[in-house]
Amino acid sequence: MLARVAGLFSGRGFNIESLCVGETQDPEMSTMTIVTTGSDAILEQIFKQLNKLVNVIKVTDFKDTEYVSREMVLVKVNAEERTREEVLRMIEIFRGRVVDVSSRSYIVEITGNEEKIKAFLALVRPLGIKELVRTGSVAMIRGEKPPRSKDRQSKGGSDGEGVL
Amino acid sequence: MKKNGAQIFVESLKMEGVDTIFCYPGGAVLHIADALYGCGIRQVLVRHEQAAVHAADGYARASARVGVALVTSGPGATNTVTGIATAYMDSVPVVVFSGQVNTALIGNDAFQEADIIGITRPCTKHNYLIRDVSEMTRVIKEAFYIARSGRPGPVLVDIPKDVSAALADFRYPDKVFVRGYQPNYAGHPGQIKRAMKLIASSKKPVLYTGGGIITSNASKELTALAERLHIPVTSTLMGLGGFPGNHPQFLGMLGMHGTYTANMAITSSDVIIAVGARFDDRATGKVDEFAPHAKIIHIDIDPTSISKNIKVDIPIVGDAKNVLRRMLQIAEEEKETFAGFRHHIADWLKQVEEWKTNFPLSYIRNGTLKPQYVIERIFDLAKGRAIIATEVGQNQMWTAQFYKFLVPRQILTSGGLGTMGYGFPASIGAQAAYPNALVVDIAGDGSIQMNIQELATAVQFGLPVKVVILNNGCLGMVRQWQELFYGKRYSISTLECMPNFVKLAEAYGAAGYEIEHENEVDRVLKKAFSNGKPTLIDVHISPDEGVYPIVPSGAALRDMLLV
Repeated sequence: MLARVAGLFSGRGFNIESLCVGETQDPEMSTMTIVTTGSDAILEQIFKQLNKLVNVIKVTDFKDTEYVSREMVLVKVNAEERTREEVLRMIEIFRGRVVDVSSRSYIVEITGNEEKIKAFLALVRPLGIKELVRTGSVAMIRGEKPPRSKDRQSKGGSDGEGVL
Repeated sequence: MKKNGAQIFVESLKMEGVDTIFCYPGGAVLHIADALYGCGIRQVLVRHEQAAVHAADGYARASARVGVALVTSGPGATNTVTGIATAYMDSVPVVVFSGQVNTALIGNDAFQEADIIGITRPCTKHNYLIRDVSEMTRVIKEAFYIARSGRPGPVLVDIPKDVSAALADFRYPDKVFVRGYQPNYAGHPGQIKRAMKLIASSKKPVLYTGGGIITSNASKELTALAERLHIPVTSTLMGLGGFPGNHPQFLGMLGMHGTYTANMAITSSDVIIAVGARFDDRATGKVDEFAPHAKIIHIDIDPTSISKNIKVDIPIVGDAKNVLRRMLQIAEEEKETFAGFRHHIADWLKQVEEWKTNFPLSYIRNGTLKPQYVIERIFDLAKGRAIIATEVGQNQMWTAQFYKFLVPRQILTSGGLGTMGYGFPASIGAQAAYPNALVVDIAGDGSIQMNIQELATAVQFGLPVKVVILNNGCLGMVRQWQELFYGKRYSISTLECMPNFVKLAEAYGAAGYEIEHENEVDRVLKKAFSNGKPTLIDVHISPDEGVYPIVPSGAALRDMLLV
């Protein structure tokens, strides 16, 4: 299924900024969250082409909804004598956690929405990023609306940014 | 009593009503071949796997049933890719079964192993790898369902050899349900009403119809609506026959090699009613200048086709037959609105007639043997009742222009992919579906050599297709472009070594004839059409003959070159 979606995007020249896949509460269903960019016409095509795939049960476009999104990032940050304090302070402000310590670096785990991650990385970059891995965003629509029926649950989300 | 996978396979095909299967066996499908032996399903052994798929495709297009092909693993499977892509581009219901190495060996670079699932992912509507024999009946039922429903398309099912040997009970499911696949056939009633309102107010309406009319069996409804409202009708290559080719309201095909009238009508129209067509680049010409004054109603079963190339004003997702029927109902219900419609568009109809009279399709008759003349003679002698396959290039375009397709499912042509070598095996498949029909493949000398080996298939199974080879000694369409746009530098387009097609046909046990002069045409065609054998007819034409009109690449429809 992942191969099918990736193939669809690459075959039609759609852009994948990030992609995150996993099982849901229904063992026969998984959710794929894709962050993509494109014009309105492209985003409309992406939405329709995804729906056309036989295994896709539902496509949700988060663009005009109220949603919660989170991404998890592991960053290996320079932590020498001079900068060590500042790094720790930054981590505390952003409610990240240090998950590895060595003489010259910390591995920081940080979770948050796009803006928070962006802000943290921007502040930490001047201190020296040695290595960086990201999971890609997952998202969920806010509020109480339960899934309408067994066959109408969210299969994939697309965080369109409408950038040409 | 338990059966093995191969027997379950055969029983499942029977449950799906399969009567013919086009095959090329190999190691991975030996169990299946054994189960097929004497089972009652006709097995047509072809001479190349590409031909097996094209034959299944031709069978499906001609009969409206699902075509079935069976090949082995590895190179057998990879040889089907062109055939599958051809069916995919033209939305043809075909199920291709490929053998696969034992499940334990998958991914191990085993002998004759190919990741055909991965390879065909972008060119199948869906594909399956059966990992356990218990899945087989469900998968086969789903495969046929997906192939024939909604917008049809090819489905590939990969069957590992050990799965075909494993034992299980045979139980064919009553129902099929594919989560996430629910084609919409209805058509939004509100949109349909809006569309009819728009049509009522139009002064220059045109119906732009395509392959969807054929798939949906909507020819009757289309004709009724067009006649009711007196709206002129044009068709894409894929839609030919959906509206009678000799009907006074027919404008001819539109697009790159369409008629002057059709292209001008589309360009000048104020409302275009697109039914079962997808605004392909061959039909639209330069997109920015396509129908600049028209509002567009688009009826299509596939939402992805709507507003993909050209933004439309009233999209209607649904089955063409259903929607057209509803439109007819509204035209009946609102008699007053449409009462004077013919008068309302009288000037437009006059303009269209003028174009037809002043700029008909034509070619110069000067006594030399002309391909257009040969095609017209085929139509007359067949009384418009033959099934016509084409290859690709000039042969295809002349056929679309000069053969009048009167009813659906008379034309078998690779429109979307443009596959040379398609026509001959496709005509064999159609002949298998209709043993008593006259089936003619109009080919070029280049195209016919791509699957010439299928002469053996035609002879072995007594499928008397007639191949009319428009032989100009070159790749005609390429040469025409080189003449017009590449300073007559005929690069890599001349077929200097040409076989003697008469001898070649006879070498296979088929009949072979030659036509060199205009006055031989009728006699030879008549002989060929009544000889009961597969036949090659070598027709010697000039390489300088071109297909006109032509809309050059990147040009707008109205900028056709007429000569």
